[in-house]
Amino acid sequence: MSFDATTLHRIASLARLDVPADQLASLGAEMSALLVLVDQLQGVDTKGVAPLAHPLSAVSEMALRLRPDEACAEINREANMQNAPMTENGLFLVPKVLD
Amino acid sequence: MTWEIVIGIETHVQLATRSKIFSNASTAFGAPPNTQASVVDLALPGTLPVMNKQAVEFAIKFGLAVNDGQTHNIARRSIFARKNYFYPDLPKGYQISQFELPVVTGGFVDIQVGEGEKATTKRINLTRAHLEEDAGKSLHEGLETPGVSGIDLNRAGTPLLEIVSEPEMRSAAEAVAYAKALHGLVTWIGICDGNMQEGSFRCDANVSVRRIGEPLGTRCEIKNLNSFRFMERAINYEVRRQIELIEDGGKVIQQTRLYDADRDETRAMRSKEDAMDYRYFPDPDLLPLAISDRQIETTRLSMLRGGVIDVPGSTRQQLINAYELSAYDAQLLTQSRAFATCFFAAFSSSGEQAKLCANWINGELASQLNRECIELVDSPVNGDELGRLVKRIADGTLSSKMAKQVFGYMWAGEHGGDADAIIEARGLKQVTDSGAIEKVIDDVLAKNEKSVAEFKSGKDKAIQALIGQAMKASQGKANPGQVNELLRKKLAE
Amino acid sequence: MRTITDFSHALAAKQASAVELATDALAKATAAKGLNAFLHVDADLTLAEARAADKQFAAGVTNKPLLGVPIAHKDIFVTCGWRSTAGSMMLANYVSPFDATVVERLRAAGMVCVGKLNCDEFAMGSSNENSAFGAVQNPWDTSRIPGGSSGGSAAAISAGIVPASTGSDTGGSLRQPAAMTGITAIKPTYGRVSRYGMIAFASSLDQGGPMAHTAEDCALVLDAMAGFDERDSTSLDSEKAKVSIWRAFSGQIASKRPSNVEFAGLRIGVPKEFFAEGLSADVGARVTEAIETFKKHGATVVDISLPRTALSIPAYYVIAPAEASSNLSRFDGIRFGHRAAQYADVNDMIAKSRAEGFGREVKRRILTGAYVLSHGYYDAYYLQAQRVRRLIAQDFQTAFKSCDLIMGPVAPTTAWKIGEKSSDPVAMYLEDIFTLGVSLAGLPGMSVPCGFDHQRLPVGLQIIGNYFEESAMLAAAHRYQQLTDWHLQSPGGHK
Repeated sequence: MSFDATTLHRIASLARLDVPADQLASLGAEMSALLVLVDQLQGVDTKGVAPLAHPLSAVSEMALRLRPDEACAEINREANMQNAPMTENGLFLVPKVLD
Repeated sequence: MTWEIVIGIETHVQLATRSKIFSNASTAFGAPPNTQASVVDLALPGTLPVMNKQAVEFAIKFGLAVNDGQTHNIARRSIFARKNYFYPDLPKGYQISQFELPVVTGGFVDIQVGEGEKATTKRINLTRAHLEEDAGKSLHEGLETPGVSGIDLNRAGTPLLEIVSEPEMRSAAEAVAYAKALHGLVTWIGICDGNMQEGSFRCDANVSVRRIGEPLGTRCEIKNLNSFRFMERAINYEVRRQIELIEDGGKVIQQTRLYDADRDETRAMRSKEDAMDYRYFPDPDLLPLAISDRQIETTRLSMLRGGVIDVPGSTRQQLINAYELSAYDAQLLTQSRAFATCFFAAFSSSGEQAKLCANWINGELASQLNRECIELVDSPVNGDELGRLVKRIADGTLSSKMAKQVFGYMWAGEHGGDADAIIEARGLKQVTDSGAIEKVIDDVLAKNEKSVAEFKSGKDKAIQALIGQAMKASQGKANPGQVNELLRKKLAE
Repeated sequence: MRTITDFSHALAAKQASAVELATDALAKATAAKGLNAFLHVDADLTLAEARAADKQFAAGVTNKPLLGVPIAHKDIFVTCGWRSTAGSMMLANYVSPFDATVVERLRAAGMVCVGKLNCDEFAMGSSNENSAFGAVQNPWDTSRIPGGSSGGSAAAISAGIVPASTGSDTGGSLRQPAAMTGITAIKPTYGRVSRYGMIAFASSLDQGGPMAHTAEDCALVLDAMAGFDERDSTSLDSEKAKVSIWRAFSGQIASKRPSNVEFAGLRIGVPKEFFAEGLSADVGARVTEAIETFKKHGATVVDISLPRTALSIPAYYVIAPAEASSNLSRFDGIRFGHRAAQYADVNDMIAKSRAEGFGREVKRRILTGAYVLSHGYYDAYYLQAQRVRRLIAQDFQTAFKSCDLIMGPVAPTTAWKIGEKSSDPVAMYLEDIFTLGVSLAGLPGMSVPCGFDHQRLPVGLQIIGNYFEESAMLAAAHRYQQLTDWHLQSPGGHK
């Protein structure tokens, strides 16, 4: 299928990417070409094949490792927030959030 | 036209772990902003999640607790998935949650429907319970910079168990009963501190209405129900809103609504207006969560008390069967582990006066706590002390009226709350010596000829005045039962 | 003096100090500025590390083969000292409050960091042209790309600035630039090297690894990088993962074998799909000659098939963008990273910051990823790709029943001209055909220099091993490098 303007808008909104009007057409065309590529998957017979999410589970059963419940993080707020564009009293600032 | 109300509840229970679900930052409440947000919680580039073992253990406990200790509803393999959406207090732009394979499927919570002794039990089935991480908080007030909100990520990454009920509640009262029962359960098994002011136990209600016999109506989700009282009011408001809307020819639109306690109304949330497409997929940073039969069995054994899983329901049954209490009393005594513990302590120090202890805990103690808005754990009178007071009622030392006086002194902390010391010091012993009581009665009969004559002419009620006089003459210390008995005997002479 | 072994011998013999080596590397980096390989250089930081290494030498430390040896890190690994940009405007000024596990480990091993290396933005690309800070030049022909995404890492070694560097490989980003610049690189088994502190592109595919001139150097650096890390849930802690790569490698190369039978007992699988249409004649010839060398020296060559090789492209270009779209959601201009100057409200601020901060290729992949995960398409694209992924992994296991190592080309062509393919992203994706399957299966893969095309552009031989077979791959490559000198040749002008 092709990536029409409506689809591009919907996906761009989901991905929170502003797409300027003058880029809509070219980006849409590139996306359509990409979809042609990935559409090659549609013909593959995968009946009965389980999806493989973690590569090594192809050969052995992999399970999540669990961490003991210990609160021991060293938190240096100043260092952690040094890259923030806007802060006040230890808070990250954003334009007013409406709920 | 008869309307049926259909309610399902989603509850976010903060698990009482020391550290976050995917990082080793503390979960303690109330720290200065972002001082308990680690680089993982802030989603700084390069950071990765590592799962907390205790959160899994708590999920297993919950699975066992809502299924009478049966183990089949706990998933041996569950999957963490990413729920993708943008929100300023969601640092990664996705929430790690569980979607297709949750850790717990099914289960039930029994609730009491109806008032007092006439209450009956209704079983509310659970759809699922899954592990996920909490988001941070947006603060809108108290900032110097104009036109902004502040983001505090201390709460981000706090472990949550989201518990989803089937839409089986039929009134706001049932919804509240469910929320209370669930709250009682999760605090009872020790997986949540239950502090609703701090957001440890948060409910969202899915509410719809339909005409009886018709298919389910469109539902609205009400968020921000942070107290049982608000929950009842919010649901009642929402039900009225939906019925009026439909009766006026309108249609309910599926949306997320926020309860505004100040205005006592719900309103649509602006930020959730678009139909969400969360693009769930298994989190590639986390492998499948495996839970072994052995791990479940170890947890199950740790939860056993007297051969059954220790939950409010099992204690309730025990109180009814072994202690011969009414279902109503048993329900009240199992509203929290603190109440049950209080009862067992009182029972033991009272000389096994089950009914009297239940009456006192559910009556005087509970209403005193209510009046002063304090929790049982903070009560100045504990179960053991209350039991020793009950003992003095049972052995006739105190009339119930006197006992209330003594209780008042105990509450005020007199003599370290020791009933016997207060009785002794204040001379509050009940008079049970028949000779002494007879003397008082003779005196009263002599002074109240009119009442005596009335009684003898068939006015049975006249005896109340005489009892009152006798009690007054004894300064309230005479045993009222004995007074009644002796009076009747003398009048019959 | 080019290899780590050269450097460490000089250091051990006190012919050079770590400070001298570091100073020299910094000077070379400055002299080769035109390559645009380095994004951040800070002489003070580097020299402080070098002085610390010299202090250890003075204290008599002798058991650290990497002590005092210069290295540089792909800018996908976060560092406290140097900025960490991932080649993106989004992170143009980003300073990490912590070091990546890989950075920490290599420093602990005594290596001296010379700086941070250019790469495709968020490691998305095969030419290094997607860096927000400009393309990197190939030292063999500066009008050409060095490959990508670890293009800066490859160019810095090829140009002789540093003897080793770190890179990351999601779909070929270590192997392909190594091939195009005539150096050696290994992408280890998924989970060998901690991803903590490696800015994520596609979590189930990303693996860090070393680049160097020789297989022996790669073995040394990989050994120091690899190992269990409790901060990465996908980090391996199995018995197999605990075996030291260096020790196993040393053990395997220690056994002296008569010449002409160096590879006795080694079965090499050659997949016919790797020699199909699209492969340049020069690349095909050099790779075939390399395999002949193995055969001449005792190896058995087995014809094998990896029937779903072509399908690895669409499978990869669904899975990698899907994971990337989610991994890159954290760049919202709130806690770090670029924030737009003009916006209407908070949502607009996020959308504009992302639009301004991300480059075109990154945007395409984010959009593709969001699309294949979106309602109604998840099963057809994402799940289907994960099913195909399992089939691809199974194909490799079938192949390994009849061979010990698989060999073939790394890329269909040698380095192309800067700008030549940038107008057609899909054409560029097709260049990844031989490396993607290994990434999808999580297998270890290597690139080893095996000659030049008619323009004297390097060609790489790909060696693929089964899970945890890194030491066998490195040992085979090492023996091959004892028989050849392709890995020792250097581009003119940057000796």
